[in-house]
Amino acid sequence: MSEITASSGATSTSRKPPANRQAMIDRFVVLAIVVALGAWIIPDINWRLVDRYWDRYLEGILVTFQLVFLSVGVGALLSLPVALARLSERRWANLLARGYITFFRGTPLLAQLFLVYYGAGQFNESLQSVGLWWFFREPFYVAILTFTLNTGAYQAEIMRGAIQSLPRGQVEAAEALGMTRWPTFFKVVLPQAYVVALRPLGNELILMIKGSAIASIVTVLDLMGVTSLAYARSFNFQAFFWAALLYLIAVEVVRRLWDRLEIRLTRHLALAR
Amino acid sequence: MNSTAPALQSDDTRMGDLLALLAYGPDGWGDELLAGAWLTIRLAVVTLPFGLALGLLIAIMKASGQRYFRAVGNVYTTVFRGLPELLTLFVIYNMIQIGVNRLVNSFFPDSSFEIGGFAAGVIALAVVFGAFSSEVFLGAIKAIPKGQVEAGRSLGLSATQAFRLITLPQLWRLALPGLGNLWLVLIKDTSLVSVIALNDLLRQTQVAVGVTKEPFFFYLIACMIYLAFTLVSSAGLNRLEARANRGFAAR
Repeated sequence: MSEITASSGATSTSRKPPANRQAMIDRFVVLAIVVALGAWIIPDINWRLVDRYWDRYLEGILVTFQLVFLSVGVGALLSLPVALARLSERRWANLLARGYITFFRGTPLLAQLFLVYYGAGQFNESLQSVGLWWFFREPFYVAILTFTLNTGAYQAEIMRGAIQSLPRGQVEAAEALGMTRWPTFFKVVLPQAYVVALRPLGNELILMIKGSAIASIVTVLDLMGVTSLAYARSFNFQAFFWAALLYLIAVEVVRRLWDRLEIRLTRHLALAR
Repeated sequence: MNSTAPALQSDDTRMGDLLALLAYGPDGWGDELLAGAWLTIRLAVVTLPFGLALGLLIAIMKASGQRYFRAVGNVYTTVFRGLPELLTLFVIYNMIQIGVNRLVNSFFPDSSFEIGGFAAGVIALAVVFGAFSSEVFLGAIKAIPKGQVEAGRSLGLSATQAFRLITLPQLWRLALPGLGNLWLVLIKDTSLVSVIALNDLLRQTQVAVGVTKEPFFFYLIACMIYLAFTLVSSAGLNRLEARANRGFAAR
């Protein structure tokens, strides 16, 4: 929030104001104290753990990012027709979209994952006969499928809100110019809706990075899965601190990149603010 | 697997068999699922006041004039909003058990005190809830015009009095929508403690699946129970919001 307003004030060469920098320094001081306290409580860092598992941690991060970006990406594609169905006046399309959104937003992701993963296992014979068993047998694929369905529901609600927030005059003007329905949607409505939706979509991306840790419960070796493995083998609790550090870095990097993206995509609005 | 292939049975008997699994009593899993659902509700309800208190405290720190209070609040929020809930729950759950037990044992060496799984789960959930709710509270504090507190101060109220008498009563209405969302998140997050140790709804469902080999049916039932919780909650929240806004014109 503050970063947006700070950098949109002066368009090109804005730097953070001193008050902000002071807050940053304060944060680092506190963080340093926390780390120092942690180092004091936990007597020594077990470098053997780091040495033995660091490459696995890196692989884990890679898997986490694959999970997140694939499911958020496909979920974004899925969310558009769902949002449109949710906005449509056709009763069945509306009802179907509403049921889908309510189910996936109203139940825990973990329960959904169990439902799809173990539920599919129950139907393995019929899945084999349709030739889909290779997909449902693999926890990684099932996790992506479940996460996609989940984030698709959340993103559909975000897009619905964004589309609804646009002034009606936009569509009416396009109609008056003789534009037909789909060009209006893709060239007038959607670009503006994405500007509105950018921030909540960024939040959703970050929520998925954190939520993807759940995949480890069905034995996917993402960052959390690798961590559990390292802990189970070494019985060293420090395994979790390294994971925490890596998750924090991942979330912070994505957040900052998204802020950049948002500033760049809304630069035509900078003066209006 | 079953000796009689399920596909060969007629749909009616199959459905009847499945429903019989939900019977209340020693033959069915209805009572186990209900006990799990009850634990899920208790977890969420007991966590709420602690999480709210923690969130309000952190929000006050972040809104305060003291640099280091602000920094501590910000670091807390950054850390616990950035970590996966699963990881936080796991770390805090274990740390608390180890920490509290060591603390108690150092004062009373021969006590066999152990913090229960429920308490540890509540603390872990409250820590996460506190991080998110502090942001909601902070937003609400900032939404109250500064002039109100300044007017109070000029009438001779102390800073604490101004906060307690002017800011706090209005906080509820402004924070309610955000807190309502967090409550729904909290209900769903309770499912994560099933991974740790507690026999909540999802864990009981896993037990039922393990015995009956009917994962799809039972996980669907579990999802429906969670769905019922969230739907009832959001209906209740709508009414609370309507009540909190009763002095204000409808938008």
